Amino acid sequence: MSTLEAPVMTNRTVKRYSRNSLGALGIGAVVAAVLVVLPAFVGESSINQLTQFFSFLILAIGWNVLAGYGGMVSIGQQAYLGIASYAVLYLSLHGVLSWWAAPIAIAFCGVLSIPISYLAFRLRGSFFAIGTWVIAEVCLLVVAQIESLGGGAGASLNDLNRFSPNTAGDVTYWVGLAIVLISLASVALLLRSRVGLALMSIRDDELAAEATGVNVMRTKRIAYVLSATICAGAGVLLILSNLEVQPNSSFSVQYSAFMIFMVLVGGMGTFEGPIVGAIVFFALQQWLAANGAWYLIILGAVAVAVTLWLPRGVWGTVDPRNRRSLVPLRHRVSVSATVESGE
Amino acid sequence: MVWTNAVVQGLLLGGLYALFSVGLSLMFGVMRFVNLAHGDFSVLAAYAAYVLVEHAGGTPLWTFAAVVPMAAVVGFFLQHFILDRALGAGELSPLLVTFGLSIFIESALQQGFGANNDSLFLGPLSYQSWKITNTLYLGRLEVIVFVVAVALISGLQLFLSRTQPGRLLRATADNPRAAALSGVNPRRVRALATAIALATVAVGGLFLAMRTSFTPTSGSNDLIFAFEAVIIGGLGSLWGTLLGGLILGVAQTVGSQINPADGILAGHLVFLAVLAYRPQGILAARNAAL
Repeated sequence: MSTLEAPVMTNRTVKRYSRNSLGALGIGAVVAAVLVVLPAFVGESSINQLTQFFSFLILAIGWNVLAGYGGMVSIGQQAYLGIASYAVLYLSLHGVLSWWAAPIAIAFCGVLSIPISYLAFRLRGSFFAIGTWVIAEVCLLVVAQIESLGGGAGASLNDLNRFSPNTAGDVTYWVGLAIVLISLASVALLLRSRVGLALMSIRDDELAAEATGVNVMRTKRIAYVLSATICAGAGVLLILSNLEVQPNSSFSVQYSAFMIFMVLVGGMGTFEGPIVGAIVFFALQQWLAANGAWYLIILGAVAVAVTLWLPRGVWGTVDPRNRRSLVPLRHRVSVSATVESGE
Repeated sequence: MVWTNAVVQGLLLGGLYALFSVGLSLMFGVMRFVNLAHGDFSVLAAYAAYVLVEHAGGTPLWTFAAVVPMAAVVGFFLQHFILDRALGAGELSPLLVTFGLSIFIESALQQGFGANNDSLFLGPLSYQSWKITNTLYLGRLEVIVFVVAVALISGLQLFLSRTQPGRLLRATADNPRAAALSGVNPRRVRALATAIALATVAVGGLFLAMRTSFTPTSGSNDLIFAFEAVIIGGLGSLWGTLLGGLILGVAQTVGSQINPADGILAGHLVFLAVLAYRPQGILAARNAAL
């Protein structure tokens, strides 16, 4: 053991892309390309099922931004889901074709989430969670009173009826696929930016982050707005595929249960986790949906068990140190050192 | 006169809401998280009473003697086997675990009892009332519930401020590490807090089931009302919680007086207004955690 520093020649290289991530990006591109042309090859029911799957995947991505990377547990993201659905309905009633209404509705939710964040951010931790829920309930109660949007009974979206069900299903599928890809890309870009780094530092230690000069409120707000915008994408997709809305189901807290389940099972705070979680959730739902409340009983029990015994989720357990990360989100230093003298 | 009536009925209802909040703020004080299944335990207690009355008969009033101790025992084990583990598993874990528990309880009740409204019927007591003036009647049950709720809250506040276990609870809430260093067993204090929380919320659940009705999913609303009462009143003392409950109750009944569908919305709006203008709550105590 020497207390003197041995002269060391180091050869450091900073890399963002690894062999894994380059391969994964390649596979991802192929999968995306296959998904784009898929409607030409498979039947309508599979396409509709995939659209359903997309809406859950989008929800998981949106919730993971907030809780997994931002450390903020919300049980009120269904507010944006419902408002986006209703915004599409409103625009279609005013002559905007529903597919074109989709981006407007999503943008509207993103803007709306800014003032709401000022109210929600008065609360922290547990209180933030329930506070967001109350805000979602307020949205529900207000929307249920707007008679022109169907009131408590809901309304159906009629302007896509002039297309054949096949065409409508395919276009909606592509809209959904686009929202999925844009959501994934925007999350990846956020995480690679300074803001993303600041966000994760706040999640890990808010005080330390603030002390090192991170603008905590602004960073959290960016995550909140992005999450709201993504969840709005799911709301848009749900009304486009179900062609009807009803306040109690659009603003249902069950969506929060789904989001939490998917992200927890997949792996909170990992990029890949929500995708894994959404696949597990979708499979579980297809398998158990016929059994009524049983599937929610299992959902709740699994959420408890995963939190206690598998806190990193499936993906986090497969890849505990985030080494196999399939998406190039971080810089990595690889060092090859040669010690010239010393012990 | 309708307004006086609305306010009085609101106060009576608010006492009950405060009873729901007491356990929530007690657990938050000691463990710094909100039990998201809090409301569902009140509904669970109501169903337990429902089943007991169905099998053993008699007035639902006797079920207090069975259900409330049962709830305390459940609270003890819940803390011991699930929540303590969740507390050790990370900051967000208790929230996620209790939310999972909430979904579990609600859907299990739905599976077992269906989505119907049920109620605990007390015979004549359910509809008898005292006439105050020609337009103001006080339901006997409502008044009894209010008196018992306020008495319980006062008793609990006395317990916290005057007894040894109460002091340990407050010490742990103020500074868990310092309390543990001076010999307090934190696991036992946490189990005590959860046992009290579940016992009080069971009393609230039975009362609510007697006053109105309950469904497997009504626990969500109970939780939200309890939370709103805590925030409106301000953390710091159970008197604040009582005040928050009363304000919420009055907001709801006055809201329904304006438009029958708007009662709950009015309560939410009062909550949001407090959040916007006085986020520390109306009666927030300085530096007090319980």
